[in-house]
Amino acid sequence: MSDNEKLQEELNQYLTFILNDEEYGVPILTVRGIQGWEKTTPIPNSPDYVMGIINLRGEVVPIIDLRKRFHLETIPYGAHTVVIVVRIGEEDKQRTVGLVVDGVADVHDIDDENIRKTPEFGKQVNNDFVRGLGLIDEKMVIILEIDQLVDWQKVPGGNAEIDVLETGGASVEEGLATTEAA
Amino acid sequence: MPNTDMNDSSMNEIRQIFETECSDGLDVIEAGLLALEGGDDNLDTVNDIFRGAHSIKGGAATFGYTNIAEFTHVMETLLDKVRSEELAVSPPLVKIFLQAVDCLRSMVETMDGGDYDIERTEEIKTELSSWLDKVPSSDETDLEAGAEAVNLPAEFHAMAWDISFVPASSFLLSGNQPQHIFRALAELGEVVVTPNTSAMPEMSEFNPEEMYLSWDIELIADVDKKQILEEFDWVETECKVEVTEREVTPVDSENQRIADRRAMGGGTDRRQGSRRGGKKDAGSIRVDIEKIDALLNLVGEMVINQSMLNNQFNSRNHSEDGGSTKQVGVTASAELDQSLSLLERTTRELQEAVMKIRMLPVSTTFNRYPRLVYDLSSKLGKNVELKITGENTELDKTVLEKIGDPLLHLIRNSLDHGIENPEERVAAGKEEIGTIHLSASHEGGSVVIRVTDDGAGLNTEKILKKAIEKGLVEVDERPSEQQINDLVFHAGFSTADVVTDVSGRGVGMDVVRNNIEDIGGRVEVHSERGKGSTFQITLPLTLAILDGQLIQVGSEVYVIPLLSIVETVQVDLERINVISGSETIYRLRGEVIPVVDMRTLYKIPELDSLGSYENKQLVIIESERRRIGLVVDALLDQHQVVIKSLETNYVKISGILGATILGDGTVSLIVDVTTLGETAREDTAGLTQH
Repeated sequence: MSDNEKLQEELNQYLTFILNDEEYGVPILTVRGIQGWEKTTPIPNSPDYVMGIINLRGEVVPIIDLRKRFHLETIPYGAHTVVIVVRIGEEDKQRTVGLVVDGVADVHDIDDENIRKTPEFGKQVNNDFVRGLGLIDEKMVIILEIDQLVDWQKVPGGNAEIDVLETGGASVEEGLATTEAA
Repeated sequence: MPNTDMNDSSMNEIRQIFETECSDGLDVIEAGLLALEGGDDNLDTVNDIFRGAHSIKGGAATFGYTNIAEFTHVMETLLDKVRSEELAVSPPLVKIFLQAVDCLRSMVETMDGGDYDIERTEEIKTELSSWLDKVPSSDETDLEAGAEAVNLPAEFHAMAWDISFVPASSFLLSGNQPQHIFRALAELGEVVVTPNTSAMPEMSEFNPEEMYLSWDIELIADVDKKQILEEFDWVETECKVEVTEREVTPVDSENQRIADRRAMGGGTDRRQGSRRGGKKDAGSIRVDIEKIDALLNLVGEMVINQSMLNNQFNSRNHSEDGGSTKQVGVTASAELDQSLSLLERTTRELQEAVMKIRMLPVSTTFNRYPRLVYDLSSKLGKNVELKITGENTELDKTVLEKIGDPLLHLIRNSLDHGIENPEERVAAGKEEIGTIHLSASHEGGSVVIRVTDDGAGLNTEKILKKAIEKGLVEVDERPSEQQINDLVFHAGFSTADVVTDVSGRGVGMDVVRNNIEDIGGRVEVHSERGKGSTFQITLPLTLAILDGQLIQVGSEVYVIPLLSIVETVQVDLERINVISGSETIYRLRGEVIPVVDMRTLYKIPELDSLGSYENKQLVIIESERRRIGLVVDALLDQHQVVIKSLETNYVKISGILGATILGDGTVSLIVDVTTLGETAREDTAGLTQH
């Protein structure tokens, strides 16, 4: 197999995981590793879904709880709780983050023609997070738009300019953080 | 006009190197001129200046910047007169040279586009020439020689080679590039390349694949003919090369030196001896700072891994102690222990060595100031001497870059406000010439930079009056002298009677303080009325590593930069007061210190509320001239920690300087003391502000 073919095949591969009994998928090329849950160091002034930071081979990596991110009911972390480490973001600013999920499921090949456009979900899952629905035989996998998982503008100090413009009067805490970053 | 037949990227690369070399050369010239101005009549200094000008000229000619080459040539010719002592050094001469340096600098800066003041440049050039006319002409140096101008006065060089390089017309077809050869020759010594375009056809007949140029190369280097010919080995069949040695006339001390070195068979330092860039480096290379940072990161990792290994070994050893260990086990573990401590030492040394790569002597920044003092003192009509000591003290490059402007401001300030007019000085029984002393030294684990002047000192009455006007101090308040002096660092504070363009816009000192605190440093002022002031800056050696105090709050461990900790005390409940139910203060030796609880500060839910202050520690930190007491559960070790930015994978968080990885592999946050001050100020506004 040539390198090109191999890449093409990998482009269509998705790592799937379970979250609240649904199967979700992320492009396998974005995945940097899978590891168990470990205690994090909490970061102040951060959204509740950011559990804190860990040491990943010398790199300081934030951990995001996907259940909290999707406003799902939280469950205690257990032996099966898994952190999927992914690389997200645009070319110029890529970040490594860990995603806490219920458990890893499988690796699937899903061709682009088998990915359907997302219908309106309503409240439960924000449409911005979903790229499409992947069909594998009778099964359905929710393909995530992982670049959208963290709204950096909502993190105090994440993108000060926009934040200040849009919200005008931020809370004292946020105000402090944004002026600091500006 | 730059030579355009070289391909663009390599041309750009070379041009960049040339640009850096030019600006290095200009720095050398400027430093030398200021030394001459200061009464240094050493011939070596003149030689340094001459060499600086000479290599700029050579480079400019090579890259086709005739304007720079011609201008430098006039400078060089005049400098040569100074060297041969036909022309005496005088302040007006130094002045015109300094102006010439400015012209050259703007020419170099606008090399790849942009305009420089051509009129001004011509003016200076004419003035330089007129100086030349004042010298009784003793030799045949001809200013108007045009392209010949880039050739060097022959009597100057010890080993001069004339190389005629005539490539065949098919030269380019085989992928040869003449610039590679020129570059290789430049490695040997100084080259002056003069292109010969006489074979160039009309545009209509021009075949871009054919070579029409030939070159005359002048090489000044301590090499033999064979070495030169080696550089042409690759293109031997494609060109005609003739190398002839020019006569050597050892007329001056420098030639003597080179001759001496040759006599001693000192071929070993050929590069140093022949390269007359004016830089006294013992062989150096330019490396991308990113590469060094990557290396630093890796070593940081290694230090962490190393201490993890140590921890594991210690805990295992500990558990084994409890049981019945066999003799063999004990010996093995003792050996392991030894290897581990050996590894630890090597790792530390490696880390230090890598850190040192980023270190530069402060002189790289200090060298900017003599010129500033020279210009300003003549502008202000003051007589000021700048004394610099400790310029070899090394600091991290990033720190160094960031103290440039604050220092500039402090020196300006001393000149403008500190040092009095000559008349006032005489009247006060001082020497007419004022002194500003810029010094750097290692003190403890930090570098201390001081700007001391022997001027009038801070006018405490005026400062106090102004502070009361601005409402910074209550009318009936009686602050101590030191407290009054500290007011100069307050935003929008300036006591200058007249706002000058030198300083006194009131945007100075607080910016100075902020900039210095941003890089983890501290600034203080000590002043004595009538005797002068000292501004003292304490800086960390580096930004990548800091000395930290580990503290514990609940189950979390945080790091506080050791440099900002004034002291730590065990909380004495008697000394705590809660004002209007919310603000907590601590009375320490008559001082009232606002207290901040780490738990509420970081608003981390897992850390339950403190409840009682009993048995807690109070870490007194100082930031922006204010003291704050930080309540923590326990003090742990002090450690050197490697700072990791949170922004790499997350975002900058207010109140957090960064994170670090501790010896056990866990991540710990580093407290940003500067923003802590702001937070605390918000909390306690009204209490200590007015």
